[in-house]
Amino acid sequence: MKRQTRWGLFLFITPVLLWLFLLIVLPQIDLLIMSFRTENDSGDMMWSVSNYLNFFDEPIYWLTFVRTAIYSVLVTFLTFLIALPVAFYITKVVTPRYQGFLTLLLLLPFWVSELVRVYGWMILLRESGVFNHFLLKLGILNKPIEMLYNDATMVLGLVYTSMLFMVVPLLSVMESLDNSLIEAAYDLGANMWTILFRIIIPHATPGIVSGSIVVFMLTLGNYLTPNLIGGKNSLWFTEQIYNQFIASFNWNQGAAFGFLLLFLSSIAVWLGLKLTKQSLRKVVQ
Amino acid sequence: MIRSLPHSKTYALSFKLYIILYFTFLFAPLLVTCVLAFNDSQFPSLPWKGFTFEWFTGNLPERVGIFHDQINLDSIWVSGRVAFFVTLLSVSVGTCGAFLFEQEDFRFKPFLYFLMLAPLVIPGVILGISILMFSTILGIYFEEVWNLDVGLFRPGFWLVVLGQFSFIATLVTLVVSARLRKFDRTLEEAALNLGANRFEVIWHITLKFLRPAILGSAAVAYLMSFENFNTTLFLVGSEATLPINLYLQVRDGSTPVINAISFLLIVGTSLAALTNLYFSRKESQ
Amino acid sequence: MQIDLSVQNVTKKFQEFTAVNSVSFEVEKGRFFSILGPSGCGKTTLLRMIAGLTEPSSGTIDIRGKSMIGIPPNKRPVNLIFQHLALFPMMKVGENIAFGLQRRGENKTVIKKKLRAILERVELSGFENKKIDQLSGGQKQRVAIARCLVLEPAVLLLDEPLGALDLKLREQMKVELKKLQAKVGTTFVYITHDQSEALVMSDYVAVMNHGEFEQIDTPQNLYNKPKTPFVAQFVGDNNAWSGRVRQCNESTIELETVEGSIFRTKFEEALQPGTEVDLFLRPEAMLIQPDPSIPNLNRFEVVVKSILFDGANSRLLANPFNADTELLIALPQNRQYDYIQVNDKIEIGWDEESAICFPRK
Repeated sequence: MKRQTRWGLFLFITPVLLWLFLLIVLPQIDLLIMSFRTENDSGDMMWSVSNYLNFFDEPIYWLTFVRTAIYSVLVTFLTFLIALPVAFYITKVVTPRYQGFLTLLLLLPFWVSELVRVYGWMILLRESGVFNHFLLKLGILNKPIEMLYNDATMVLGLVYTSMLFMVVPLLSVMESLDNSLIEAAYDLGANMWTILFRIIIPHATPGIVSGSIVVFMLTLGNYLTPNLIGGKNSLWFTEQIYNQFIASFNWNQGAAFGFLLLFLSSIAVWLGLKLTKQSLRKVVQ
Repeated sequence: MIRSLPHSKTYALSFKLYIILYFTFLFAPLLVTCVLAFNDSQFPSLPWKGFTFEWFTGNLPERVGIFHDQINLDSIWVSGRVAFFVTLLSVSVGTCGAFLFEQEDFRFKPFLYFLMLAPLVIPGVILGISILMFSTILGIYFEEVWNLDVGLFRPGFWLVVLGQFSFIATLVTLVVSARLRKFDRTLEEAALNLGANRFEVIWHITLKFLRPAILGSAAVAYLMSFENFNTTLFLVGSEATLPINLYLQVRDGSTPVINAISFLLIVGTSLAALTNLYFSRKESQ
Repeated sequence: MQIDLSVQNVTKKFQEFTAVNSVSFEVEKGRFFSILGPSGCGKTTLLRMIAGLTEPSSGTIDIRGKSMIGIPPNKRPVNLIFQHLALFPMMKVGENIAFGLQRRGENKTVIKKKLRAILERVELSGFENKKIDQLSGGQKQRVAIARCLVLEPAVLLLDEPLGALDLKLREQMKVELKKLQAKVGTTFVYITHDQSEALVMSDYVAVMNHGEFEQIDTPQNLYNKPKTPFVAQFVGDNNAWSGRVRQCNESTIELETVEGSIFRTKFEEALQPGTEVDLFLRPEAMLIQPDPSIPNLNRFEVVVKSILFDGANSRLLANPFNADTELLIALPQNRQYDYIQVNDKIEIGWDEESAICFPRK
């Protein structure tokens, strides 16, 4: 029995170790090392923090970084605000007959590629787009306006893209909320807002946290949406990374940016978990 | 309030209105994309100029339908192949991971579990650049030390597969682990007691039990791989996957062929999602 | 008689906790042997050690004369019926039963023949292609038994397999299991916390508590001649009464209870006057208003506190006069005692032979 167990362990652990070390740990270490290397005047590589100094010296870099972080928080919060009533409606208000159907309908768009969804918004909102077409027809506008390429549209696109990752954990956490708790609170004289803040939100905290973490992370790391519908001067930090890697071919600078983004996302996850006293293990389950 | 409690007409009505608005928001871009795939116009926009299949079947110089568009067809084929290998790899390794974390005990288990979760917290862009840099370094090393030119280390098909696998395997691990946690271990003991060895137990009992989770996560893995953009962006070589190829086209202006591809993607993924859901419901009953 | 199972000085420690402490017993071929004990007494651990799912910390386990130490569970000639049966839900009835035979690599025709024979034996012919969740509780039970018996084990281990059934079915399965065991002649080792299961089915019962065997005996002896206070209280209902020895002679002792009643009774070992003792007296050993002519009765008066009607198992809850010890007294439902009311004062008598006393530890 003992020897067999060890064989089993060996069999299972080998591919997992290969995966985690070759594709996660070593590349991340490499990323960190590269971010501290830079080319000196004679073209040799040397250790230096200049990649990070560049980040702070050049306002466009750190401004983009701060902008990305702030917008990601905003997107996360908006997504939560929009998703909460939807999750509540589907689990608690609508007749159970439609519950399965609505849930299905809710998930369906998110199986479709993000690119297709962003593209959909582009043909809806652009100057020659469907939205403008109807507004002109109805006489509300007399000249088409460009609704793409600004921050508001970008936020809309990001909210749309990450909606699923907020709705699903909220649905499952609401599902587990016992209706009689709400009834009891109502019976004890609570009004809607009291119930929302004293019963529903405390119960839903694990779902809110896991949803927020995922949404924040995905928004932070998003490239498509800001790139395609964000404004020309509303850069996203991932675009800076892309520019360093592909356009300027300055991998060491790109590595430093990548590491900063990783740092920001880890800090956000850690803070989110600490503030709500959740553990990562519990949140992913 | 909830359905079992009395509520006012305005409350019910405004909630319903909100839900209708939400679903409109959810489906409008997809619906418009699909409809405009059949518009007999050079641009994916209104006004409606009549119904046509030409964006699918056309083979004229100014209108090449998707079925004759070799570049797009090639990229679909590349994506399909990438997704196949990613699914194969991540399901095998993810299942090993589930067994490892649920059934085996070893030192550093919490640490390894944490590492396994890490790809959830690392933005896809960063996974992409770190793997790109690490493989480049390995490539240089192999060439300098052994004078070997290993194609795997250059951006291209296999690097895309590995990059996507690196985070999709986490997903599979989590899904399969969740199912494995529900597994009644006395079934394994019963099988051992009836004369099966450890591997027969896994093959005949545990894997059979895990089958719905494995199939479900395989479907999700395939779809995620097929649609992945962020990680792929940095690892792609001369063979573009469909999302990369579409991105380049959308960025440089659009034709209804993109709508046609989107239509096929929407229909295809919806069907896949529905089948997946149907089977997972059937299995759980 | 051949010894099928021999367990010698088996101990199992989990860190500081000793689950099984130096247990020894032997089971002859073809016997129905039960291990009876409250939950947490270590009986499941003992059974798992016999099956090989847990390794003992020390001691030996021999099956048909062969040592089992170090032999993995899949190589042991014992099979285990799990508490919740552990039927494989992903397989049909036939596949469940054939599973062990296939692992042995027997050929298909033999498997088919054996499968048919065992299904007939457990009266499930024609159930081969049913799914597990289509079966009733009793049928599942029989599939689990068939799955093990088809492998012709030297010893069949059963881990409270009736626990999950409802009361009626449990009563029925008790009889069925006993009949089946007699028919197949396989040695059964059965563990349970339900004394009625153990008493009805077994040839021998071991009573287990805190990881140790208190007594191994026939069901009759366990009930009538318990060797320890624990057995006296665990097997059947018993009233416990504390007192002090006044005199001890050759066959009986005289003792005074806390309320001051003086009784004569038999004993297990000679006791010095003044020793604190516990007296165990079964509810049915007490006669209500006994005929004055019956000899050798200890007689005393009680006040009826409550009448606990439960059909054939009806009792009186009473206090000895002027005391608050609670006694349960069997109340035969033969209409003879219908006149008894709450707060009545009645006389109770019991034979010197029918109680037992142990020195208090």
